[in-house]
Amino acid sequence: MPVDVTAKGKRYPPFEYEVGKEKIREYAHAVGEDNPIYFDRAAAKDAGFRDIPAPPMFAVVYSAGSVGPAVLDPDVGIDFAMMVHGSQEFVWGEPVCAGDTITTETAVSDISEKAGRGFYVFESVSRNQTGEEVVRGTWTNIVRGVA
Amino acid sequence: MNVELKVTPDKYLPHRYAGASGDFNPIHIDVDFAKQVGLPRNILHGLYTMAQVARAAVDAAGGDPRKLKRLSVQFRGMGFPEQEIVVTGSVKEERDGRVVIATEAEQGGKRIIRNAEAELETG
Repeated sequence: MPVDVTAKGKRYPPFEYEVGKEKIREYAHAVGEDNPIYFDRAAAKDAGFRDIPAPPMFAVVYSAGSVGPAVLDPDVGIDFAMMVHGSQEFVWGEPVCAGDTITTETAVSDISEKAGRGFYVFESVSRNQTGEEVVRGTWTNIVRGVA
Repeated sequence: MNVELKVTPDKYLPHRYAGASGDFNPIHIDVDFAKQVGLPRNILHGLYTMAQVARAAVDAAGGDPRKLKRLSVQFRGMGFPEQEIVVTGSVKEERDGRVVIATEAEQGGKRIIRNAEAELETG
């Protein structure tokens, strides 16, 4: 079955995520961070942060509520049994700290087919409560056996 | 500036990462399910492994996460718990107060992340 590209350009409603100190601790612990800035407010402030910062890859936590529904959208039509996460890019802006509210919007930026594989590219943009961009994500999922 | 990080995720790491990230796909946390779909065992979350590449890049920049401006990776192959992951990298180019590092992650001689690029602020 050839790749259906009609969802290309589709945009999804914004998703709001409130960043909490304990969620940062849980995430930082899981990925093996040991820098005290992620666990100790005084250490974070000494390092010049407004509050405890999120590790850069915490982007996946606050983006998930926006990117997930886009990837799962039946209009996009990904066959999950055949899907792999092919590549990922993040471009970081303003640091994210505990207490921030991050709003993420996702769009289907491209759907294409190459050598029997479907390439589904999602673009997410996350901003903090003052409108500053904190991260831009490009999520590429590859689906085998589309042709 | 050299990038090197070694980490061995323990048996229960995928469970902790699932809780921390919200990704409870059973291929990561259920050995029986993973075997049913043809995998040797449960596999690591690719974004966990990407977080190790991010850590290695931040370490190379002196430990300040604000220095990491961009990271792109390609996921290849599968990572497993209880096996050492080695992240390596070296400077590819330097310009305008930024350095681009070419990096990858391997496990058991197989590259599980390749063609990765980290852009760090050097100033």
